[in-house]
Parts: sequence; structure tokens; C-alpha cells
Amino acid sequence: MGFDLESITPEEREELSRNVLLTSLEQIKAWARSHSMWPLTFGLACCAIEMMGTGAAHYDLDRFGVFFRPSPRQADVMIVAGTVTKKMAPLLRRLYEQMPEPKWVIAMGSCATAGGPYVRSYSVVKGVDQIVPVDVYIPGCPPNPAALIYGINKLREKIRYEAKTGKQVTNR
Amino acid sequence: MSEEQKREESRPAEPEAARREDAAEARTGGPADARVENAGEEKRDEPAAEGGRETVTAREASGGGSAGTEAGQPAQPQPDAASDQPASAAGAEAEGKAAPAGDGDGARAGEGADAGTGKSGGEAADAGKAAVDPEREAKIRAAQEARAARLAAKAAAGAAAGGAAAGKDAAAAEPKPPSPKQPWLDEAVELLKTEVHPDAVEEATINALSDDMPTIVVKAEHWPAAAKLLRDHEKLGCRYLRNVTGVDYETHMEVVYFVINMETKREYAIKIRTDREHPSVPSAVPVWPGADWPEREIYDLLGIEFPGHPNLRRILMPDDWVGHPLRKDYVPLDPEV
Repeated sequence: MGFDLESITPEEREELSRNVLLTSLEQIKAWARSHSMWPLTFGLACCAIEMMGTGAAHYDLDRFGVFFRPSPRQADVMIVAGTVTKKMAPLLRRLYEQMPEPKWVIAMGSCATAGGPYVRSYSVVKGVDQIVPVDVYIPGCPPNPAALIYGINKLREKIRYEAKTGKQVTNR
Repeated sequence: MSEEQKREESRPAEPEAARREDAAEARTGGPADARVENAGEEKRDEPAAEGGRETVTAREASGGGSAGTEAGQPAQPQPDAASDQPASAAGAEAEGKAAPAGDGDGARAGEGADAGTGKSGGEAADAGKAAVDPEREAKIRAAQEARAARLAAKAAAGAAAGGAAAGKDAAAAEPKPPSPKQPWLDEAVELLKTEVHPDAVEEATINALSDDMPTIVVKAEHWPAAAKLLRDHEKLGCRYLRNVTGVDYETHMEVVYFVINMETKREYAIKIRTDREHPSVPSAVPVWPGADWPEREIYDLLGIEFPGHPNLRRILMPDDWVGHPLRKDYVPLDPEV
């Protein structure tokens, strides 16, 4: 069953040009990934409350295809929501390593970004980027749900941009 | 059943409800008042029983007391310099005020010393320590002198006020009413001295800043026996350990056990002082199993050992942590920032 371009009628050609989209494989993968970001539930402090609020009915992260997963093996983005202590750091690293590739990290709030108000403390890690590579930093103490949604959108943009251009936005 | 009958039936219920309300009020208000204003009630009860003259003195005494609390400590009329109770209470307060100041100085001195040793390096640490000690001693001495001066000033003010007041109510020369918890303190101190050891008690005060908490400083070597006495003696019966805390005073370390008798609400704060170089306090877990985790926390954060503890491991910090982070001389290994 051959495919003869000559036999296509103008009507059929019109129909095809409206319904067949051409793109690269990388881009279509990025499209799929960026529309079903499944975050690992990683609430550590008060930021987790905002994260829960974002996931609940009012802000409803589900409408962006964002579903919280209880297991790192089903997750592809880790939202580090809260203060990471030095005691928690090895566990965070292990959970990150248990996530399948491709995987991303969002540092939510000033604690996960840089230690926040506990920057002078003896027990707090000064930014989760000392343990795992971070894609998006969301400032705030804690960031409100709109900020978290903005951060997630930034990450989706990044995924699609990297697939489209082949450039890395950040060096890992 | 007619309307009339219904009303007849409902009527007796009303007073009953009222009575129940009264009873409820008495129940909620009664014991608390009795506890808090124990001394006050005794004062009020006396005149009714004994007559007119007593009424006058009691009212004046209570008036003087309230005026004293309103005006603040220095203006407090202390009619009789010979009366022991108010003087000791004032002393305790003065100590309470002076101690933090002294500690603050000590802390600053310690910081300076640490910075000094840090700069000069580990070799000079011994020399630094030798230099620290006279400085620290000087600070402590200064704090003590300040405390003595404040005490003297207070005594003078009290005497002056007493002299002024003496003309008015010489008859009412009654001491400031002792704390309602003073008898608990006296009883416990007496029992500790007779049943445990004559030297078991180092110090016994009423902590007016903390709701008149009876505070007893017990010697570490007598602490296990003292704990058993506090829990088991029928007069004390403090079977519940509310809290355990540790303090680093720079000059020494201290562990504070807060115990209470749940039936009589009789409560104590027991302090055990210990050396700072090798801090060690006998564990209270054999007496109060609830001391397990608080003692582990104190060990973790302050490094105070608790011989007799069944499971003395770190509880908050990771097991491989070096040092005890809430000690005043703690230097973090990994500054990071």
C-alpha cells in the first residue's frame, strides 16, 4: 500500500495540513513531560503547607497535570518545600537518586534556596543546591501558591526550551 | 395533662438548674482560688473568727502588700527589718536579677576569649585559658559586688519605708506575707535534710519570677536519693516529672527537673549544678522513666552525662555529629557560609 502524493486531492491536502503536525521527537517528549509533572511530596516545613494549599481544591495543581506522588520512583520533579537540615540531607540525596531520569528539582522558599532565616544555624543546610542540582528557585517565606504555580510554569518552559534549542539553561 | 400541670412540673426544675450552675461555678472557681490565694483567704478568715483588732491589722497588712506590688520593689514598705521572711525573699529576687547580668558579662568575656584563642591558634589555647580565668573571676566578683550593693540599697530603702510607715501602723508591723508555696519549700528542705543527707540541699528559694516556684538546689551526689524521696514520700509524692532542662551558665552547668504531685498540685524545681569540664548528673530515669528523652536531648545539645541512663545516645543531632551545639563555647566544624 503505497503512499502517492500525486493521488492526493486538494481537499485531502487541505484536511491533512490542518490535522497533521510536524515536530521533532525531542520536542514532543518535552511537550508530554512538561504537561504531566509528577512531583515527589517533599514537605519539610511551613512551605509544605503552601504546597498542600496549591495542590488542594482552590488552586488545584491537577489542572496542570501535576499530581503528587508518594514514591520517588513514580516522580519526575522534587519540590523541596522547607528547611533542609544536615540530618535530612543524606535522605534527600538518596530520594533524589531513586527518582527515574529525567528529573528536576524545584527549591521552594528561602530555606531550600539558601538556608533562609536559619542561615546562621548549626544544623541547617545553606541551600538544597549543595546536595542536588536545582532547576528553579522560588523566593518567598513561604512563597504563596501563585508563586509555586509560577515556578512550576517556569520549569515547564525550561523543559520545552531545552528540547527546542538543544541548549542547557543551567549547567548541571 | 393540662398546661397548669406542665408548668407545675417544670417549675421545680428551674431552681435545680440554677443550683447546678452555682455548683459548677464553685467547682471551676473554687479550687483555683483556693490554691492561688491561699494566704489571702487565711488572712480574711482570721478576723471573722477572732475579732476586731485582728480585722484592722489584717486589712492594713494586705493593703500594704498590694501597695508594695504596685509601686514596685524598692518602694515596698518593709515595716520590720528584723523579720526574716521578706528579707530572704528580697534577697532571692535580687539574686535572680543579678545572676543574668553576671552571666551576660561572663558570656561576653567567654566570646572575647574564644576569639582570642582562635586568632592565636591552638598552641596558645592554654595561655588563653589561663588569661580567661582571672578575667572571668573578675567579672564574677564584679557581679557579686553589684549584687551586694543592690541588696544594701534595697535594705536601706526598705528600712526608710519601714520607718516612715512605722508611725502610722506600728501595731501592724507584720512582715510581707510569705509566698503560699513557702510551706512546701520548707517541708521539702526539711525532709531532704533529715531523710537524705544534712548537706543535700545547697540552696532553697522561692522563684517569684516563675509563679513562686519552690526551687531547691540539690547536690549531685545526693540527687538519686533525693529524687526517690520526692517521688515516694507521702507528704511530697511528686510522681510526675513535667520537664527537664539544661543550662550552660559559663561558670558551671545546671540541670533542672520540674516535678509535680498531680493530686495536690504541689510542685518543685530541682536544680543540680555540675562542673563544666566534665558535666555529669546522675540520671533520673530509674525514678521517673519520662526523663529518658529529655536527658538524651540535654546530653545531645549540652554534653551533660547522665550516669545510670539506660540509652544515652544523641536524639536530635546525627549520630556522627561532633560537639554539643548549645554549649556556649561551641564552634561549628563546617561554617559553610
